[in-house]
Amino acid sequence: MKIGVLALQGDFIEHVHALRRVGAEAREVRLPDQLEALDGLIIPGGESTTIGKLASDFELLEPLRAFGRQKAIWGTCAGAIFLAKDVRREQPLLELMDITVARNAFGRQVNSFEVDLNIPALGAVDPRGTPYHAIFIRAPLIESVQKDAEILATLPDGRIVAARQGCWLATVFHPELTLDDRFHQYFVEMSRSTRNL
Amino acid sequence: METQVGTFAVKKGLAQMLKGGVIMDVVTADHARIAEDAGAVAVMALERVPADIRAYGGVARMSDPGLIEEIMSAVSIPVMAKVRIGHFVEAQILEALGVDYVDESEVLTPADEEHHINKHDFKIPFVCGCRNLGEALRRIGEGAAMIRTKGEAGTGDVVEAVRHARAVLGEIRRLQNMPDEELMSYAKNIGAPYEIVKETKELGRLPVVNFAAGGIATPADAAMMMQLGVDGVFVGSGIFKSGDPARRAAAIVKATTHFNDPAILAEVSRNLGEPMVGRQVTDIPEAELIAQRGW
Repeated sequence: MKIGVLALQGDFIEHVHALRRVGAEAREVRLPDQLEALDGLIIPGGESTTIGKLASDFELLEPLRAFGRQKAIWGTCAGAIFLAKDVRREQPLLELMDITVARNAFGRQVNSFEVDLNIPALGAVDPRGTPYHAIFIRAPLIESVQKDAEILATLPDGRIVAARQGCWLATVFHPELTLDDRFHQYFVEMSRSTRNL
Repeated sequence: METQVGTFAVKKGLAQMLKGGVIMDVVTADHARIAEDAGAVAVMALERVPADIRAYGGVARMSDPGLIEEIMSAVSIPVMAKVRIGHFVEAQILEALGVDYVDESEVLTPADEEHHINKHDFKIPFVCGCRNLGEALRRIGEGAAMIRTKGEAGTGDVVEAVRHARAVLGEIRRLQNMPDEELMSYAKNIGAPYEIVKETKELGRLPVVNFAAGGIATPADAAMMMQLGVDGVFVGSGIFKSGDPARRAAAIVKATTHFNDPAILAEVSRNLGEPMVGRQVTDIPEAELIAQRGW
């Protein structure tokens, strides 16, 4: 499987390393022609305003939307914001997923946190079902999911932190900052099943 | 497990989110909005850019909390602010304000000529300057979650930024070839904690994110620092002391992303107006050099 990582800004190298650990081929994507022949794409953490502006300036928005209509896309944190249809403010977005996202929903950096989550969907790649240790950095929150978007993970108080809609995956935390590669395995499998459709 | 805040993973993690980006010095809320619109990943809120600190002279201190808060409410991206080297109370104040990153900076007048702040004591992360690997690893030992090479702030002359980045990255390359039995005496010689020297050798890079700073004034400067191997750049006086700050800021952001693509670098370097005038580092008397502050 050949997975691209949008490398305009942010922690794209961490995603590249995680993809290689799970046996996928990884390629950095900065320009539209680099999307060719990929089976899936990850949009990393970073600053969503910066990534959106660069994607818009280098004419990536339409090619990324077209890619997402056929292939799997996963956004982490800023990437989740970028995938959303609604973030309640003006900034360039892919507007693919039927989710409403609030930026910096937990406050500033001093409120960034780590917590263990129970994520049943990861049973698909590891049946042991051990808790998932998630890192939230100035994280956004998925306020609501609409249409056929499903909730994959919530905090203990019920707030939504991961969602999936068909071949699109959004996590507001950062699996790429840990050595627990279950989400990367899960996404590689998503990309494989989308390709084989 | 309970929710944990202020861990080293979240401190270092925010710096990881800034990689491949440009952090810009701003002195007003309007500047901050220009920086955000140009694609800055964060802004450094301060009363005077380093070029003006040089020109103004006197004691340079932490900025007014009112100004910092105004900038914090003007933008959605992270806001950093500077404290004097060793001034832990200025840092406590910035933590109380909820600033996203503290820069314990040689650009301000040092408050302690022997000791830096014990950064482990804080829930907010710190970035510190360095000129070589020993200085970088001492700061990480004190709890810095991000490093920037110092360069010579407020000059618009990139020569010191290059010198310091080459020093740090070159020393890491040499460290990688060193047999393990030599690490203890190497750690002693560069004045760095042994465990972090060992970790750096194993990683083949600093254990935290490493930006370049001090003298970057053009898209080509930013791209050169990226090609040398840093994770991102700080631009201080270079943007708002130039003829067309918005345009230059956007161009430096694009150059930092496409640092390996000379055709794009040529395109974004076109028609940017006057760069900051600048001051050649070799013309500055030694006593006025900022980078030598830090121990």
